Amino acid sequence: MSISPFILASSAILIFLSIPLLVPLFLRHQRLLINISSLIAAIASLLAVTAGVWTVWKGSTESYIILLGLPDLPFHLRLDPLSGFFFTVIGLLGFFVSIYSIGYVKGFLSHRPVNRLIVFYNLFMAGMFMVIIADDAFFFLISWEIMAAASYFLVMFEDEKAENRKGAFIYILVAHVGAIAILLSFGVMASLATGFENFGGYTFDAMRQTEFPIKWATAAFLLAFLGFSAKAGVFPLHVWLPEAHPVAPSNVSALMSGVMLKTAIYGIVRVTFDIIKDFPWWWGVIVLIFGLLSAVMGVLYALMQHDLKRLLAYHSVENIGIILIGIGLAMTFTSFHLPVLAALAITAGLYHTLNHAMFKGLLFMGAGAVLHATRVRNMEEMGGLIHKMPWTAALFLIGCISISALPPFNGFVSEWLTFQAFLLSPSLPSPILKLIFPLAAALLALTAALAATCFVKAFGITFLGQWRGHHTHVHEASWSMRIGMILTAVSCLFLGVFPTMVISWMDIIPEKLVGGSLTTTAGQFGWLWLTPISHSRASYSAPLVFLIILVVVLLIYIFLHTRKTAIHRGPLWDCGFEKIDTRMQYTGTSFAMPIRRIFGFIFMIKETVRIEASTGTPGHNIFPKSIHYRLRVRDRMWGWIYSPVADASFWIARKTGKLQQGRIQVYLVYSFVTIIILLVLL
Amino acid sequence: MNIAAQINSILAALVLLTAFGLLVQRRIYGLLHLFAWQGLFLSISTGVVGYVARQHHLYISSILTLALKVIVLPYILHTLIVRLKIHKEVETVVNIPTTMLMGIALVIFSYHLTAPIRELSTLVTRSTIAVALATVMLGLLMMITRRHAVTQIIGFLAMENGLFFAATSATYGMPLVVELGVGLDILIAAFIFGIFFFHIRETFDSLDVEQMARLKEEE
Amino acid sequence: MNVFSPLFVMCLQFIAVLFAAPAFAGWVRMVKCWFQGRKSAGLFQPYRDIFKLLHKDVVLAENASWIFRFTPFLVFGTTVLAGVIIPILSIDLPLSATADAIALVALFTIARFFTALAGLDIGTAFGGMGSSREKTVASMSEPAMLMAIFTVSLVSQSTSISHMVNVIAHGEFVLRPSLAFALLAFILIALAETGRIPVDNPATHLELTMIHEAMILEYSGRHLALIEWAGMMKLFLFTTLGIALFFPWGIAAAGDITFLPVAILLLLIKLFFAGIGLVLIETGLAKMRLFRIQEFLGSAFLFATLGLLSYFMLE
Repeated sequence: MSISPFILASSAILIFLSIPLLVPLFLRHQRLLINISSLIAAIASLLAVTAGVWTVWKGSTESYIILLGLPDLPFHLRLDPLSGFFFTVIGLLGFFVSIYSIGYVKGFLSHRPVNRLIVFYNLFMAGMFMVIIADDAFFFLISWEIMAAASYFLVMFEDEKAENRKGAFIYILVAHVGAIAILLSFGVMASLATGFENFGGYTFDAMRQTEFPIKWATAAFLLAFLGFSAKAGVFPLHVWLPEAHPVAPSNVSALMSGVMLKTAIYGIVRVTFDIIKDFPWWWGVIVLIFGLLSAVMGVLYALMQHDLKRLLAYHSVENIGIILIGIGLAMTFTSFHLPVLAALAITAGLYHTLNHAMFKGLLFMGAGAVLHATRVRNMEEMGGLIHKMPWTAALFLIGCISISALPPFNGFVSEWLTFQAFLLSPSLPSPILKLIFPLAAALLALTAALAATCFVKAFGITFLGQWRGHHTHVHEASWSMRIGMILTAVSCLFLGVFPTMVISWMDIIPEKLVGGSLTTTAGQFGWLWLTPISHSRASYSAPLVFLIILVVVLLIYIFLHTRKTAIHRGPLWDCGFEKIDTRMQYTGTSFAMPIRRIFGFIFMIKETVRIEASTGTPGHNIFPKSIHYRLRVRDRMWGWIYSPVADASFWIARKTGKLQQGRIQVYLVYSFVTIIILLVLL
Repeated sequence: MNIAAQINSILAALVLLTAFGLLVQRRIYGLLHLFAWQGLFLSISTGVVGYVARQHHLYISSILTLALKVIVLPYILHTLIVRLKIHKEVETVVNIPTTMLMGIALVIFSYHLTAPIRELSTLVTRSTIAVALATVMLGLLMMITRRHAVTQIIGFLAMENGLFFAATSATYGMPLVVELGVGLDILIAAFIFGIFFFHIRETFDSLDVEQMARLKEEE
Repeated sequence: MNVFSPLFVMCLQFIAVLFAAPAFAGWVRMVKCWFQGRKSAGLFQPYRDIFKLLHKDVVLAENASWIFRFTPFLVFGTTVLAGVIIPILSIDLPLSATADAIALVALFTIARFFTALAGLDIGTAFGGMGSSREKTVASMSEPAMLMAIFTVSLVSQSTSISHMVNVIAHGEFVLRPSLAFALLAFILIALAETGRIPVDNPATHLELTMIHEAMILEYSGRHLALIEWAGMMKLFLFTTLGIALFFPWGIAAAGDITFLPVAILLLLIKLFFAGIGLVLIETGLAKMRLFRIQEFLGSAFLFATLGLLSYFMLE
């Protein structure tokens, strides 16, 4: 049997499914278990990456039918370039995080056994891969549920704390609402595929071949978009993200933020571009609007946070918004039959998917290392960690630079491509869209700038300055954690410096999805220059930017270093103020204050200041004994959407509860009435 | 005539700029100056259109606009402001960036609305119809988002500017009799407004139109 | 000969950016002194300042990390790279294809990002204040900057700066209101980005009014020299970027070396007037309080959007 990508992919999935079987053998040797399972998981991820890269490179499609499942409903599996791409994304981050886990998971051993973590981690990875490879609605939903359930148990790993349980509960609730919507969407498409006659329409192939009438297609799309948005954390269904991601163990948060949200993106792309192929322009505009909302709201919420992992979770909302912007643009261009523009937009969206997996994974891994070392999650109690944890700081910095879309790292490439796609909107025939898209581009620029601000805050308050907390036992992360992070950072750099190679590798995907391709223009002037549409239009050479900055910095350093001037170390000058202590530094809250004042109308903000006076009489504020400052920033969505829905469901539940009277006669009356009705009807 | 069309476009852009300026300017004297500039650009534009389309009655309209909107009306308003001893800053109902965004939305909306006219018209000035409609809407927005009585009359006058501009761009101006009539009406309106302002000030001791809410029946 | 002409132009421009930028800063200071009735220190004072700083020892705070030491070099490096991308004397730059207008803005953003980090690194209240304010101003000027670039790129259908220069300088001359609005927006944004009045006072000594100065308060010696020099280059580059986008007549075409002396002369004349214009703005306006800056940059965004709208509506 020759090796094909499909064999590699399915062996990866099988390995992940079989690792949990090893757990009972190592119950008493936890450290050995962690080492072995993480290594095997890393190998399996590497197999998945190989399968993915190979599939996209070859541009091939393989389908298989497996005789599991119900009698007339076998499982269909398919590995085409789009699946291959997502296999690469998931597998790559999975590989890095598995290496990181070797060191990280050992940190839990002092409190509890980690068997649950290992079992559900591998089931989670397997579930994600199975979602990508599924080719029928039945297998897709089973894998979807495996993924959701496994991640639920992972989020609930430290279940002795109430906030962890609450976070996990909200997560599973929203995930299930989403799953119901996806199920309904598949139901609509499957029944239309066979005209309600038999069950054969549940395969994606059958759905692909059907021409959906526009109203039903819209219903299917809206349901699918709702369902996948709930999983992706699109505004306003994002509230579970900042509750669930921070409480999970950090390697799990890295995976959830980095790749689980991407399975939802995969779902949207698959349903829209592959299954429902013809759609009107306003679908793309809906996706674009929700993408913009998520991006702007996500970054504004992130700026208000002082919990490092919550901040990163809100940034995932923002980046999913950016990905959806790219996809929305691609949908709009496709509906107006502009294949090359659509190819650019969808390449931008998918490239950002890969980038986000890399840098968000890196950031969460770094945050995990910090939490592991300091045992605090609140940024306001940290500071000065760059001296105690230099490696983690440098790697976290690389993540911060990448997510702020600064050259020469990878975040810039996908943002640049998205902006170029926006700049092509004057080619649209509709005059209203021509005017509104540039405004949307300006909002995207605002998001990028606010993200940079947020990460200056996150990195600066956590790692720079002086330690603001109480205890000072901080140690650097272990070598396995460092290696995991180093590899991720190197991939961030690679994706940023060699974009032409990546784009030409993944070019088969836009060709299959929207009918246009970029290679004829993107690499036209050789691999050094990225020229998406044409050379005179726009060009960017990442390797040259990187090289020139490096050369200039080195030259100046050498030139100035040979001078006779010395460097003295002394105490802080601070304009001559003496007696500086660590409490005088800026905190995260103070850093974000101007933004809070300017954009504050979006949140519910309550700021209270109470000054305790030093003399006996109240009202003397001149020499205060202490000042109490309390800031509360709340998400308006709780009050507008979630509380009313929760209240309504409780009300319905109470009314329905009245049926349960507890007396036997009443139940007998229920049965009696039902029998009479059935006799009348039948 | 390409140059004339370009000059007309530039003047239309300047009219739009002054309309936005009226929307966001805080100081009363600044508002007056902007209104005068808007009138000036309008009269030059009318003159240019008259030259290009060889409609000589537009020259008379242009001079009329110059006299009325650049000289007489600002002078009347200036005297009014001095006599009423109004302080220089003007409050708004919503903050200024939000007003700007609403203004942009209105401009896009008027562009979308006048698209069919642009297709059908054969005049030199067809591209400026959108700007004219936008000026009317921005004048109305200014009346809505300001709290001071004097600024509301400036908004009303700005609306009239927009309508005049629309007439020039759509049909090369209205018949001369109509224009004279409208000019006279505006002059009289300015006088009547002035008289009312004194009354309002006597009754409420302020020119903040929010105070008029006190005229409601108490429940 | 044809291979050498782009390289020659690039070296010439590199030297121009490095060594003419302090002269431009000196010119601005001279005109400001004249307007304010003071006696100026001369056109070459910035050179003397940089030279003096390069020869002084560096005093570093005890808790400053490698980021603090690395930032001046990185800021200088990115500004120099920006300097060889903008066509100042001729379009014929081999590196102009390395970055388009959006990437150019991103290069300046790298410098700001690291300066803000350096401000937080030392752990003083002033550094944090400067970083916080600087990043707030940056986040509001980015949308306006993008809209301005968008509007300008509509005319030439490209975001590559050389291409834009080519289209406007060597194409037919048309009066465009969209470019006039974009120019107005660009002036406001440039004032915010380079930290001039009315956004930030570059000559202030009061810490509570500082935005950019507060972040670099702890620097000394050659680090401070590099940062000051980079600041002057940034002012120079924004001015020449404005000239390239809106007044590009006089920039030599590709391969035309004989035009270079004329191009240099025309550039000097334009910089002369640009300096006077900048001082007129700085002397005529007062510095705004921090929470009025959003209206200032909001107006810049408004002008850029009006430019965009007038492109579609009127052209």
